[in-house]
Amino acid sequence: MNKTDLLFYLSAFLFCSGLLIAVTKKNAIVVLMGIELMLNAANLNLVIFNFQKRGMDGQLFALFIIIVAVCEAAVGIAIILKTYHYYHTSVPDQINELKEKN
Amino acid sequence: MMQEIILYLFIAFSIVSVLVILLNRNVFYAALALLICLISLSGIYGLLQAEFLAVTQLLIYAGGILVLMIFGIMLTNRIAGKSFESKSHNWIPGILISASLFVVFLISYQDSAIIVTPNDLNSGNHTSKIGVELMSTYAAPFEISGILLLVCLIGAALTASSFKKSSHE
Repeated sequence: MNKTDLLFYLSAFLFCSGLLIAVTKKNAIVVLMGIELMLNAANLNLVIFNFQKRGMDGQLFALFIIIVAVCEAAVGIAIILKTYHYYHTSVPDQINELKEKN
Repeated sequence: MMQEIILYLFIAFSIVSVLVILLNRNVFYAALALLICLISLSGIYGLLQAEFLAVTQLLIYAGGILVLMIFGIMLTNRIAGKSFESKSHNWIPGILISASLFVVFLISYQDSAIIVTPNDLNSGNHTSKIGVELMSTYAAPFEISGILLLVCLIGAALTASSFKKSSHE
């Protein structure tokens, strides 16, 4: 098997297991970890394509994906902290009310 | 030969650490396994001649996002009692979705004809090329990502702060 083929299969595996983590886990932070894993799988794909092709476009696109992933993680963790402050849980299934209980 | 052994080692590390995230119940161990996975992915980037991305991955993911996530785990899980537990549900639909997606990926990889052009990566400094491209071809996305980072910084700080706490209570 070729080296880059193996890396394509690795990236497919990472994407699918990230999706599985995001679907099955109950803790919101672990769901966020699954999303990060999926973004990393996309990055790995872009880097392999850049290794095979001429130019630098793949690496630059991967760089922008990393920037957007940082923003997503920061805002996501801020929202998780705020909802934990209100509902005293970090399980998204238990957060089922928009308004505070009075 | 040596490079290929290191590459296979990195691949094995990332697969094992992803399986650790999937199968264990401790959130903190999941964060540490994610750290191992990100570091081995940065090694793979380095072996694929993307040195700048490898360093960026180490700095931002392993240094920034992982610390942020560990802070989040520490702040949202009670230390006393049953700490750091993460239950899981929906195993059957999740496995169905991800396995079918994996099959789709495999079929599309085997059907696609990827044309490998001889790249010019072997000559010159890749990092300086990335710098030149960022300042010429990709100048507009570079500036927009700066604005995005600023907006995200302000938004995250405002969301997480307890600034309006007194008006609620």
